[in-house]
Amino acid sequence: MALLDVNNLEAFYGPIQALHGISFSLEQGGITTILGANGAGKTTTLRAICGMVKTGGDVKFDGESIAGKKTESIVRYGVAHVPEGRGTFVRVSTEDNLRLGAYSRRDAAGIAEDMERVYGYFPRLKERREQQAGTLSGGEQQMLAVGRALMLRPRLMLLDEPSFGLAPLIVRELFEILRVINKEEGVSMLLVEQNATLALNLADNAYLLETGRVVISGTSDEISADETIRQSYLGY
Amino acid sequence: MEELIQQVLGGIATGAIYACIALSVVMIYQAIDHFNFAQGEMAMFSAFITWQMIDWGANYWVAFFICIAVSFIGGVAIERIVFAPLHNAPVFTHIVVFIALFQIFNAGAGFIWEFTIKEFPSPFPERLPFDTTLIGPHELGMTVVTLIMLGLIFLFFRFTPIGLAMRAAAAAPDSARLVGISVGWMLALGWGLAAAIGAVGGMMIAPVVYLEPNMMLGILLYGFAGAVVGGLTSPGGAVLGGFLMGVIEPLAGMAIGSELKLTVALVVIVTILIFKPSGLFGRVVVQRV
Repeated sequence: MALLDVNNLEAFYGPIQALHGISFSLEQGGITTILGANGAGKTTTLRAICGMVKTGGDVKFDGESIAGKKTESIVRYGVAHVPEGRGTFVRVSTEDNLRLGAYSRRDAAGIAEDMERVYGYFPRLKERREQQAGTLSGGEQQMLAVGRALMLRPRLMLLDEPSFGLAPLIVRELFEILRVINKEEGVSMLLVEQNATLALNLADNAYLLETGRVVISGTSDEISADETIRQSYLGY
Repeated sequence: MEELIQQVLGGIATGAIYACIALSVVMIYQAIDHFNFAQGEMAMFSAFITWQMIDWGANYWVAFFICIAVSFIGGVAIERIVFAPLHNAPVFTHIVVFIALFQIFNAGAGFIWEFTIKEFPSPFPERLPFDTTLIGPHELGMTVVTLIMLGLIFLFFRFTPIGLAMRAAAAAPDSARLVGISVGWMLALGWGLAAAIGAVGGMMIAPVVYLEPNMMLGILLYGFAGAVVGGLTSPGGAVLGGFLMGVIEPLAGMAIGSELKLTVALVVIVTILIFKPSGLFGRVVVQRV
């Protein structure tokens, strides 16, 4: 059974419909990427899964419908959203940001253990643990956003353009860590990216969105290999 | 010289009350971006509740703590019932509702307890254990009580998970929801705390200004001035601003006469808003375009 099953999902911003009934699924332990141009509805898809926009259709997580639930309740299923723009709590310390990531948990020992694990992945964050998070660099804040999501001990991570605005070297480092998190901890991932090469490299499956509809889907290898798709949709 | 010291110490004591009001106003402002005009009237109503309990024969400190609890619950209820549905309403709607709350508490207190001035007891001994003419026992007592409360509030926000979650919810509501924080309830808790802080201020100042429905008007104005001086984005700054206004008030009174005392608060508000809108301790909000 799929971990995430999205069925005919619609999303609305006021009177404007941004998603016109998209369907896809994500296997337990898999990485799926959603590709598409600006305004195709990639970010909206993630926001819709988390209940941050008005939606129609159904979203099932591990067989249970989470459509129409409040964002803060969906989080408790183990769905960690790394939002567009990183969503840093800028006025509190790095460590407090991580602590907030574990807000819905009550196991103090597990939280302390996970904090060390995050610091293991991102030693830079440990160096800056007392620093106000708003003063971190863009790359560090992205690491913090991933770290904060890990503090939930998530089953599914929704990643919204984690490469955005980062230097190539840092992007490579970050994606390497995402791969490790997926392989070693079995965290499933739904990845939204503008950088198609990067995303197809990491993901097993890909869906291509155009103005709120799925136009193409397949395994990452199929899509990477298809000359026409590459030229007309991915632009490289 | 002695008179000056007396005035300054007395100013610090009333400044403690201004600090309470300023802090309450700033807490609400940080959560919903609006000034709660009714903060003073809520504090006045709380003081009346305490007076009623004492009148019925309750011990002062029992009444004091019950009043804090009742005010807290009242604050939470106001947010849940009145402000939660107005979450995305325009500024004007908020202003109308604040004015309505102001009137409801003001007229409500007059209706229940009448507009006649009442004496409000001081819980502190009539004589200080040491000899001084510089500060009266109630002034000293209310300064100490307020400082203890402010200290507890600071520790709460700095060191408890709920305090951290409340700060996160006010500063970045979307991110807060994404880590599982119920932002609505955090705002409600903020209202409860603000009401409780105001209640302490109201109970402490009532023996000085006497209890009546309009007792908080001048205090609210000075509290606002303190909040603006300290910076609406800085709770600590607002507290310092409150104390500062407490000291400025009697000094200005000495210099230009007490008739213009309320005007001083307004002049300070306008001056700060023109020359340093972020206040002395506030953050300058940089908008990237």
